[in-house]
Amino acid sequence: MDSAFIIEKSVVIVTVFAITMIMAMYSTWAERKVAAFLQDRVGPNRAGWGGLLQPLADGMKLFAKEEFEPNTPNKFLFFVGPAIAMSTALMTSAVIPWGDQLEIFGRTVELQATDVDVALLYIFGVVSVGVYGIMIGGWASNNKFSLMGAVRAASQMVSYEVAMGLSMIALLMMTGTLSLKEISEQQAGMNWNVFYQPVGFLIFLICAFAETNRTPFDLAECESELIGGYHTEYSSMKMGFYLFAEYANMFISSAILAILYFGGYNYPGMQWMIDNVGVNTANLLGIGVLFIKICFFIFFYMWVRWTIPRFRYDQLMNLGWKILIPLSIVNIVITGICILAFK
Amino acid sequence: MSDLLLSPEHRYAKIIEQTRNEDGSELSILNLGPTHPATHGIFQNILLMDGERILDAEPTVGYIHRAFEKIAENRPFYQINVLTDRMNYCSSPINNMAWWMTVEKLLNIEVPKRAQYLRVIVMELARITDHLICNSILGVDTGAYTGFLYVFQFREKVYEIYEEICGARLTTNMGRIGGFEREWSDEAFKKLNTFLEEFPVAWKEFENLFERNRIFIDRTVNVGPISAEKAMQYGLTGPNLRAAGIDYDVRKAAPYSSYDDFEFDIPVGKSGDTYDRFCVRNAEVWESLSIIKQALAKLPEGPIHADVPDYYLPPKEDVYTNMESLIYHFKIVMGEVPVPVDEIYHAVEGGNGELGFYLISDGSRTPYRLKFRRPCYIYYQAYTEMIKGGMLSDAIVILSSLNVIAGELDA
Repeated sequence: MDSAFIIEKSVVIVTVFAITMIMAMYSTWAERKVAAFLQDRVGPNRAGWGGLLQPLADGMKLFAKEEFEPNTPNKFLFFVGPAIAMSTALMTSAVIPWGDQLEIFGRTVELQATDVDVALLYIFGVVSVGVYGIMIGGWASNNKFSLMGAVRAASQMVSYEVAMGLSMIALLMMTGTLSLKEISEQQAGMNWNVFYQPVGFLIFLICAFAETNRTPFDLAECESELIGGYHTEYSSMKMGFYLFAEYANMFISSAILAILYFGGYNYPGMQWMIDNVGVNTANLLGIGVLFIKICFFIFFYMWVRWTIPRFRYDQLMNLGWKILIPLSIVNIVITGICILAFK
Repeated sequence: MSDLLLSPEHRYAKIIEQTRNEDGSELSILNLGPTHPATHGIFQNILLMDGERILDAEPTVGYIHRAFEKIAENRPFYQINVLTDRMNYCSSPINNMAWWMTVEKLLNIEVPKRAQYLRVIVMELARITDHLICNSILGVDTGAYTGFLYVFQFREKVYEIYEEICGARLTTNMGRIGGFEREWSDEAFKKLNTFLEEFPVAWKEFENLFERNRIFIDRTVNVGPISAEKAMQYGLTGPNLRAAGIDYDVRKAAPYSSYDDFEFDIPVGKSGDTYDRFCVRNAEVWESLSIIKQALAKLPEGPIHADVPDYYLPPKEDVYTNMESLIYHFKIVMGEVPVPVDEIYHAVEGGNGELGFYLISDGSRTPYRLKFRRPCYIYYQAYTEMIKGGMLSDAIVILSSLNVIAGELDA
């Protein structure tokens, strides 16, 4: 392992980390702007041009706030909750291929922190740990509303992870690999998986909403019933971590949606660009295309949030166990038959 | 946990003790209120819960009780109007007009047609704002925030009309005994016409956003239903009664302020559940809009107040130049006006039900006794029964669909 490799990887890791943070930060700004747009308002426009410095101001404010601790028997867990939520949200970005390769100073730089063979399993594993952040935080708050939020979040995430996993299996049967990089490469041209797996995509999309705790699945923190849900008792940057983790999760799940079903960094005419303009330009454009796809999904998340009401707890469970899971199993069977018939 | 909240003698504490399972699991208590985002005011519900399901509830009222009925016993009649503002503050003009009509009924004053029509217009505007807030807040409580802000800007437009009429916005203190304090300005009519043009578009969109939304239907259909019989027994009125299928509307049953001059329907529901209450309110907004249009079209010319110098303040320039006016002015302001001995009840169709004033006058400058029939207070009795067996989310949705307003509940 030469030092250039270490430098290269460090640069990639820091960049990926920074991009995730910045995207999460500006998702909060975008959320407020999109909400304003949908509600005939202006939105934040005081800090910076068009409110662009608003996320910074919010962060500063959260840091400066008093840190309130409820009278809880377990102060340690009260600290651990937001830390788990935040770190799991950031860990998933490690395996995401942001683009193909770049040629810099004669070196081939992979635009991915690490290309793991089992990237999808890794993501599933990390995401399932994420629920502990919410559960521990809600439980350690020693507040009934928080506890109810935590219980709701736990049962919701566990049930939707099953449907999500099953919808993935159909995709994996097609692709035959768990590596996100390879899945991206397979979709070169307009061979996007969404055309072959429309039902799987829909199930995955719904489950992604549930996994990120966004409306209509935001029962864990629904402000009209549980005040703040699992983060009712949190204040200062600890609450900021929870909110930030939600936006980071949203960014990551948008990225995964884009990569698994919408071709990742591929765009029509990419091969022509590589042949005629150059690898670097073509691949940099690929990064841009991936981010456009991600931004579209982030916008979709917000669009849904500001349009429809949320489910009730029992309806959510019904949807998960009685509709999505059977549907995804049927999807697996149909995919299997199609693979047998056409390949 | 439960020992922090309840004394061991409380009946819930005993129930919890008796029903504790062998594995240690037990029923729990959730304190919904007094300050909770969904109560939209201050009232407490102690809920006995089995997980998310509500087994029993114990409501507490009186957190913002301001003893309006007692205060009214020490005020001259015209000063009681400001107390009515602060009851159902989502539709204060209705309360104001209802109070003036009660006093006029006591004093046997005939109000000119123009003032009556203007009263109808402003009362229907108030009904629109009341239903608008109730329904959009129901949206907020189910998690859809956008509808609320989208129609809320039209409440602002209505408040601008109020401002043109009386100068105030929320607690309007509008009108006088015998009519209005001044003629409506041209600006008021202009704003009213703009509102009538723009609001239906937004309201149609709001309806479309909710009425056919699958999640909203699932959240509200069969949630907190109340049968027509039960609704009558509890004394429900207004949209909540009509949602249960009974077409009782004070505007039709006992017309006041020339309501019989206008044509309008009484929308009724079937099952009396949250969805029906929502739809009945939506439909009533359309009826209100139609009443306003009819009233504007038929609006007669003429004075805007009855010729009752004993009770209606003279113009200020007359007070400075004219002795009779000065005397009337002094007597009215001091509350020394002739009042007959009588006992009357006057009810109007308020924003959320039958708003009644039961007034006993002993001929003195203040009422001997004044009872406000506040619809919210009466609904709230049924609330406990409606939420039993439901989920926590249902309790919140039912509360907002009943349109329980803390200011009116506690008065």
